[in-house]
Amino acid sequence: MSTDLSSIWIYLSTSPLLGLTSTLIAYQAAMWLFEKGGRSPLLNPILVSVVIIVGFLMATGTEYRTYFDGAQFVHFLLGPATVALAVPLYAQMPILRRAWPAILLVILVGAVMAGVSAVAVAWALGGSEKVLLSLASKSVTIPIAMGITERIGGIPSLTAVMVMLTGIFGAVCGGWILDLFRVKDQAARGLALGIASHGIGTVRALQMSETAGAFGGLAIGLTGLITAVLVPLLVGLLR
Amino acid sequence: MLPYITVLLLCQLAGEVMVRLIGLPLPGPVVGMVLLFTGLVVRGRVPAGLDLAVKAILSNFALLFIPASVGVMVHLKLIAEEALPIAAAVLGSTFATIVVAGRLMQALSRRHKPEAK
Repeated sequence: MSTDLSSIWIYLSTSPLLGLTSTLIAYQAAMWLFEKGGRSPLLNPILVSVVIIVGFLMATGTEYRTYFDGAQFVHFLLGPATVALAVPLYAQMPILRRAWPAILLVILVGAVMAGVSAVAVAWALGGSEKVLLSLASKSVTIPIAMGITERIGGIPSLTAVMVMLTGIFGAVCGGWILDLFRVKDQAARGLALGIASHGIGTVRALQMSETAGAFGGLAIGLTGLITAVLVPLLVGLLR
Repeated sequence: MLPYITVLLLCQLAGEVMVRLIGLPLPGPVVGMVLLFTGLVVRGRVPAGLDLAVKAILSNFALLFIPASVGVMVHLKLIAEEALPIAAAVLGSTFATIVVAGRLMQALSRRHKPEAK
């Protein structure tokens, strides 16, 4: 019996099926927990899924590479999903038409601020080059951020972690920060959350008001685009 | 829905080709996003099938980030070693960005006085 089980395990652990299935199971478990927990930002589904999967892989002594053989089928969809962001962006066309100069200026300033201040702080505190390069696009939605990091020679999966932390921090504390600095205008609140904390921040903005949510959604794609153009240029200048 | 999933993949493919051909400093899918956005502006509306395909993909957006994020296990040592610069950079920069972007947009909104909501 135990030989049977171990031979089954040996088969499964080398098959892509396990990586794919464990990703889907962990995500659904995390979503269930998120709903049960009143959609608390602290129970962020990505964070919870990662904790479950990393725990499972470590407990079974499975390497990340083996897991990724299966999980790459999900990972691949990040590309088409990034393309798909064009549709929600297009839905913001009326807002874009009305206030595009102000929006563009704020996103430009915010995107530069987000990248430069993160790299500067980490550099001042002795962060290594790998970490600095992986931090530059931390305020951008994950598929775009990972693409940028890949281009400039950082560690994409490390960027994914930074982006997640940034999103969760913005979603948890963003409302409080905006209140503290008396930002009451809904457009400004949404835009700030979207620029600083991408999709996770925008989910929070949507809870504030529809206007805030729309401006947050607008910021995701544009912050990504501006960062994708500026970061490789800045890195090129510094080298 | 299938034709529109094909459209998404074609935009991505065209983006990847353009990035390599012209040497653009952008990820291929981002160029694909710009191409699709331009297409939508030209067309003037979102086809119902495309809307459906996009909603299907984006409704589980969080799922797509998991495989890459699990890669954190490979970097646990690096993150522990540089916990202070990483934490300070993420928290400090996010805080500052929210404040600056929020205040600036509020100041500009007041000047333009757009209709409420």
